[in-house]
Amino acid sequence: MSADLLERLRARLVDEGREAAFAHGLLAVQIPREALLDTAKLLKEGFGFDLFLDVTAVDWPDRDPRFDVVYHFYSTRDHVRVRLKTAVTGTDPVVDTLVPLFGAAAYMERECHEMLGIGFRGNDDLRPILLYEGFEGHPLRKDYPKEREQPLVRYRE
Amino acid sequence: MTVRNTSDNLPNPVRPAFDTPSTEDGVIVNIGPSHPATHGTLQIIAELNGERVVRADVHCGYLHRGFEKECEAHTWHTLIPFVDRLNYCSALINNFAYCDAVETLMDVEITPRTRYLRTLLSEYSRIADHMTCIAASVMELGAMTAFLYLMTIRDWIYEHLADLTGARVTYSYGRIGGLAHDLPEGWLERLEEILDEYEEYIGRIHGLMDRNRIFIDRTRDVGVISTEQAVHWGFTGPILRSTGAARDLRRDTPYLAYSELDFEVPVGINGDNYDRYYVRMREMDESVHMIRQLMHMLPKGPINVDDRRCTFPEKHRVYTEIESLINHFKLVIDGPQVPAGEVYRAHEAANGELGFYLVSDGTGTPHRVHVRAPSFVHMGGLHKLLEGYQLADVVSTFGTMNMIGGECDR
Repeated sequence: MSADLLERLRARLVDEGREAAFAHGLLAVQIPREALLDTAKLLKEGFGFDLFLDVTAVDWPDRDPRFDVVYHFYSTRDHVRVRLKTAVTGTDPVVDTLVPLFGAAAYMERECHEMLGIGFRGNDDLRPILLYEGFEGHPLRKDYPKEREQPLVRYRE
Repeated sequence: MTVRNTSDNLPNPVRPAFDTPSTEDGVIVNIGPSHPATHGTLQIIAELNGERVVRADVHCGYLHRGFEKECEAHTWHTLIPFVDRLNYCSALINNFAYCDAVETLMDVEITPRTRYLRTLLSEYSRIADHMTCIAASVMELGAMTAFLYLMTIRDWIYEHLADLTGARVTYSYGRIGGLAHDLPEGWLERLEEILDEYEEYIGRIHGLMDRNRIFIDRTRDVGVISTEQAVHWGFTGPILRSTGAARDLRRDTPYLAYSELDFEVPVGINGDNYDRYYVRMREMDESVHMIRQLMHMLPKGPINVDDRRCTFPEKHRVYTEIESLINHFKLVIDGPQVPAGEVYRAHEAANGELGFYLVSDGTGTPHRVHVRAPSFVHMGGLHKLLEGYQLADVVSTFGTMNMIGGECDR
């Protein structure tokens, strides 16, 4: 049953001109960023992917577009997962927020924003969550040196 | 020169979502990050009206140590000890979930003995984790005896795992393609003794807590969440199951040896603090039931796969054969060569769906390691469970959420 669902979803997305393939137990879909909100809606309302698992990004400094924004969804009814991936450039790393569809996206978009500098259009609460106010740069970008320290409280001498 | 930090020169690390009360009677209080009632460094900025929480703004991150960044500077093997430090109450589950993800990417199939051993140890860890959670949350409500009973068993488990792995809490026992080593002599006999003791002690906990008037008053109908809301906020694990939804990855997407085991998925009715307590108690019983089955199923045989891409050659070969020496050297210096690609693997950890999203560029070092940590996601919806209840209920609700700073803040 679950395989059927994924196959139907794959066929539907391929019809719409998306790349969709099975990889390591889930359906991986590549979409342009303009299609993100619509695809997420289709997943939630049309195919029952009700659990927003995760959003993160991957930095490819030598590639253009530089970032992949990666989403994972799970269907609590059919027990299958879908990965949505969309590429954004380093100069305009912005995608639409999914907070109106999934409450869980709020915290994870905040994390993705501070760690990789991805903007989420429509999410007006992108305060730092794991880092602190005033932290400079985005530590999970490849050009942020691992050794760089920005202590909020000065170290004891 | 020694600089003393005073409130004058110490900037505020967080910007609250609100700084003025919404009504004239409202008052804004700051709870944490270091507070006796929060067993975990978490800051809650709450607007109170009398004793009632009107709004809550939850901040985490006080235990952030750059786990994901640090992983990018280590080989696939040498980052295993960092993985231990995510959920340090059940470190073995993290180990195995991570190894499973790498093995999936490398297309390595673990040996039958390892498959059963990992299942057994995951369930054993789950018992320790649930015990820690229940012990801490009932202690915060004043149940000192129950705390001591639970801690007694948990410490036997820790010592027993120390016999196996050499460490009490952070075991680093998983390996890509296997385990660090096989069970020591007599380990399973001791396991049986501990499981028998467990039953004795857990009976006392049921007697102390289940129908305790004070405990029921503090937990029943407190921190209620519906299934629909829980899914909306990304809740998984015992918190989702306490709402009545039998969602368990061990049953729904079987991995390791779970498809061969007989077990139930306990669920709650109301999705309140009492249900979360009870679901965890029942889950421990199911884990014991699974461990007893696994002890009889455990096959003999090797624990590491015979694959030179990830498994170290035997020491005597390293010292006598040039090929094995080079093999050993390459595995240490370059790390296992993981084919380029990406993978998401999730295990049912004690707190919910623990997912590892790994991206490899084909070298011995990960390009990206991302953890879908259940505690972090749960903190994103915590305010929903606090708003409308009393200030004192923050303690009991936060206790049953089982926030683990290590995995929440990474």
